[in-house]
Amino acid sequence: MIEARDDGRMADNIVYFARALRKAGLRVGPASVKDAIEAVLAAGIGSRDDFYWTLHSVLVSRREDHATFDEAFRLFWKSRELIEKMLAMFSPVAPDNREKAKPRAAEHRVSRALFEGHEKSQPLSEIPEIEIDARFTVSGNEMLRGKDFAQMSAEELMDARRAITELKLPFDRVETRRYRPDRQGSRIDPRAMMRAASRTGGGLILPKFRSRREVHPPLVVLADISGSMSQYTRIFLHFLHALGEKRRRVHAFVFGTRLTNLTRQMRHRDPDQALADCSAAVQDWSGGTRIGEALGEFNRLWSRRVLGQGAVVLLITDGLERDDIGNLAEEMERLHKSCRRLIWLNPLLRFDGFEARARGVRAMLPHVDEFRPVHNLDALADLVASLDSRTVAHVDPRRRLGHLAQKSGVASGRVA
Amino acid sequence: MTSPVPRPLPGTIDETLDLLTGADYVADRALATVLFLSLRMQRPLFLEGEAGVGKTEIAKVLASALGRRLIRLQCYEGLDVSSAVYEWNYAAQMIEIRMEEAAGSVERSAMEKNVFSEKYLIRRPVLDALTGKTGAAPVFLIDELDRTDEAFEAYLLEILSDFQVTVPELGTIRAEEPPIVIITTNRTREIHDALKRRCLYHWVDYPDAQRELEIVGRKVPGANRRLSAEVVAFVQRLRQIELFKAPGVAETIDWAGALTELDKVALDPETVSDTIGVLLKYQDDIARIGQGEGKRILDEVKAELAAAE
Repeated sequence: MIEARDDGRMADNIVYFARALRKAGLRVGPASVKDAIEAVLAAGIGSRDDFYWTLHSVLVSRREDHATFDEAFRLFWKSRELIEKMLAMFSPVAPDNREKAKPRAAEHRVSRALFEGHEKSQPLSEIPEIEIDARFTVSGNEMLRGKDFAQMSAEELMDARRAITELKLPFDRVETRRYRPDRQGSRIDPRAMMRAASRTGGGLILPKFRSRREVHPPLVVLADISGSMSQYTRIFLHFLHALGEKRRRVHAFVFGTRLTNLTRQMRHRDPDQALADCSAAVQDWSGGTRIGEALGEFNRLWSRRVLGQGAVVLLITDGLERDDIGNLAEEMERLHKSCRRLIWLNPLLRFDGFEARARGVRAMLPHVDEFRPVHNLDALADLVASLDSRTVAHVDPRRRLGHLAQKSGVASGRVA
Repeated sequence: MTSPVPRPLPGTIDETLDLLTGADYVADRALATVLFLSLRMQRPLFLEGEAGVGKTEIAKVLASALGRRLIRLQCYEGLDVSSAVYEWNYAAQMIEIRMEEAAGSVERSAMEKNVFSEKYLIRRPVLDALTGKTGAAPVFLIDELDRTDEAFEAYLLEILSDFQVTVPELGTIRAEEPPIVIITTNRTREIHDALKRRCLYHWVDYPDAQRELEIVGRKVPGANRRLSAEVVAFVQRLRQIELFKAPGVAETIDWAGALTELDKVALDPETVSDTIGVLLKYQDDIARIGQGEGKRILDEVKAELAAAE
């Protein structure tokens, strides 16, 4: 154990520093604080750089946290600037004659964490609580199931959310290279055989069998949150959350003008809390959309990290690209080629006579495996049921393109 | 293979840095600090970074510099206990059973002991790594951990916290001295926090121009000085533009080596487009750099180097 020395305050300071980091969003537990002190004892305090990297090695465990750590270290272990900041905070009018530099990454978050409780307390805005007693009746449920999410009232949306959590989720499975004992299996399990044989003294060596273990493949969801999709976004987030609760590997991304990874936020068990976390993380709600660029960013930064092991991709967007569709087709092709199955969910498909006319839609359609509507509970239930089956004719994207090629201009009926 | 003479661990960060430099690994001080701490605190070192920045190389260099045995566990999807930890030699076991039966001694407990003896145990990397003697613990490289599934990760967690393995038929095997564990991942999947928490974490970044030049100088001793400077400057520029896969240090070394083999003393646009396949591995990237952009970068590099002289 570490003994506290009377004359030194290093350990205390490290504890404070770790606490500040924790508030700034790093996951620093008590065990890592102890480790940090041990590490400093092991390395000794030499130069500032060595000290920096010593603490870094123990307290940072994700690359994303590096910027936060860097900023916190700069603020915390530099007493002069700290005092300046304190002064600035406590004096009523602090003349700000410092040069306005470009704010460093994570600076805001860190300084909030360090000086928490010292800002002027702000009056908490009261959030009115509304209780709604909306009980399900059978007929009500049926009506709800066919109703477009965009036309639902707040109460109906609540019911829809409840219905989503009750959806029976798909059991699509892929074989892994691991085995499980199986009497009907077709592969010999030598280890189990020897164990059984030694139990009977070796008189009988009976065959034992095993077969491949199956798991859910990872599911990656890319959801459009631009203005044209805004009525659907929240309900999809609920759907994602419900999916994430039942299966282990669900990655959620949303995009408008930029791409945001919501996987971690979605892990919160309480759906409302998870959604609140998501809202805080996303900065481009209901803005424009740049599908091609968002997909490009996903392909470049994330596809290799989340699309391994036979992932299925759900792409939720209306395909209405605002900018020119320059690289949209290439990015879609790349995405399609890097996953096991690409399913495009398009709420616009609800309209009778939907045709693949928009240039964005035409660019994207050739590269998807399935093209489905996603505007009501029935559509969601269909999707869920289809995840474990093969592509059926009416969701085949080529049908949409074919229609247009054959009888362009003639409204084709919706079959969904 | 002669067994190397184990050397003691370095006592300070400077010694660690010297150790790596002595073995031709040009490390920055951050890496030396983390490595020193991991050796001193007997904690696994968790290295994350893009492909080709020299993560695996650290383990190899460490093993040779410290005179330790290098045990490598290459991870892949579906890696299980029988190929990572131990396996029984079933054929030999069956013969043993038949032999004992033929000899007429069918005493059950004795037979079980004979059949499941160390003679028939096939050691796989994990078990191998736990059998180092004091002062000569091997370097245990767990390469590309992100390629396995979560199940193996959880199993590894158990091993890394206690450095012991239980074989049901034999009992618990415990390391006299824990091995020097180095885990690498390419981030094709997020590793669980619980595992990271047991390790010291370090993100291995691309080196800066000066360090990369030193690396090329050491790894490709025959390379012309002007050529290496141009190669390094070119690669550094490539990393700044948004490519699908930016070239790593390994690619820089390969490229410098390839150009030296072709007796080049400087880069020119034709050479770049002929040999770009050494550097870039995706068709989209190659097409992009081949079409004009490569020439533009090369011109910038030449101008920059001319200005520096």
